[in-house]
Amino acid sequence: MRYFRDVGALARKDLLLELRARDTLPAMVLFVAAVFVVFHFALPESPSRLETVGLLWVAILFTALLGLGRAFVPEREQRTLDGLVLAPCDRSAIWLAKSLATLAFLAAAEVVALPLYAIFFHRVGGATIAAVVLADIGICAVGTFLGAMAVATRARDLLLPLLFLPLAIPIVVGAVGASVVDSPGRYLGFLALYDALFAVVCWASFEYVVAE
Amino acid sequence: MSAPAATIGAVGRTSRITLPALAATSLVLVTTAIVFVFFVAPTDANQGFSQRIFYFHVSIAITAYACFAGAAWQAFRLLWKRDPLADLKSYVCVHQGVIFGTLVLITGSIWAKISWGRWWLWSSDQLVLFLVLFLFYCAYFMLRFSLDPGPQRANLSAVYALFGVVLIPVSFAAIRLAKDIIHPVVFTLHGPNFGGWILVTYCISQVALLVLAYTLYRVELAGKQLDGRIRELREVLA
Repeated sequence: MRYFRDVGALARKDLLLELRARDTLPAMVLFVAAVFVVFHFALPESPSRLETVGLLWVAILFTALLGLGRAFVPEREQRTLDGLVLAPCDRSAIWLAKSLATLAFLAAAEVVALPLYAIFFHRVGGATIAAVVLADIGICAVGTFLGAMAVATRARDLLLPLLFLPLAIPIVVGAVGASVVDSPGRYLGFLALYDALFAVVCWASFEYVVAE
Repeated sequence: MSAPAATIGAVGRTSRITLPALAATSLVLVTTAIVFVFFVAPTDANQGFSQRIFYFHVSIAITAYACFAGAAWQAFRLLWKRDPLADLKSYVCVHQGVIFGTLVLITGSIWAKISWGRWWLWSSDQLVLFLVLFLFYCAYFMLRFSLDPGPQRANLSAVYALFGVVLIPVSFAAIRLAKDIIHPVVFTLHGPNFGGWILVTYCISQVALLVLAYTLYRVELAGKQLDGRIRELREVLA
């Protein structure tokens, strides 16, 4: 129980910071809208559903990357990561809280992005929304973990996309598959499996990322 | 810091098999494998001479997997047992794995060009998987070289190498799944029965490449250890 109280407190801190400074969420929303406009001009006249669904996932992935890149910036700028690591709580709570906060930002950006996509291109089905929910969990769990890694390096922001994209390929496969086929059960199951597997790996190994 | 007492000769003598013996064994095995592949194994009835590249292609792919598995195993040892040498071993394993992985991509491309007239085919599961792994493990180097040597670099590299062994089966499943949506046509190779001289040749080239990879691993490990020792000695003398 204490563990979840810690997670709650840490996640609340991130949400409060964002509420006051507002530097991540507006950027993500603007970015995803701009990407849709770029897609309109990059695609042929009246693109098929199959084409635009693929691009929807590219947009979601890159928007998430934008948010993930910012996730550990406050910790770096204010040098609070050492404090968090020294705090008497389980280190994996830092990862879980950060993932939840990033998940909240990404979900908020998608609340704008999906209707925009529906207006600009094609209808969004129930399977796509289910895929978005499952993919978001995987993206945020793995992305936050890698964000914590990247922030410790000299290359910093440059490194996160390089570390993240190869690991995100299975998410794209599952998500695009679930959005385009008639019976998406297999793809949604795959996404859920990915989430569970990588969440456990991240949860178990986050200790080694922050501790020396 | 205490002066390192070990001599150069002690470096690399971490195993009972000496490096020259290992190098000689891999030379003999690789030569035997080449002889078998080109002169003993029968020419495939459907695909002709070009099918012989498979003896190397498949063996190299399995060797690369073995390297990545070794990297993850050493990473696990580092995190679990805090074995100080495990970080270097894990890195050398990844390095060898990437070299063999690149060879898989090259031999696969050559095969695709000869068989289907194109240098790259997204419908070949193994090739796509190796491309994903290649990108993943190249990022490993970026990560490692952007950190200062020390416990943090060892930890982060180890954790990332462990992610690799989780990614391999997940990506493979994903690539299989993706075929249903992107590539309705699946290429299947109906070769001759996998037996007789074909099996013998394959086994020889597989063993040869595994021993070769282990030899290269030991050479690189010894070189890296020597570098470290020289750096320590310089610091002591400075």
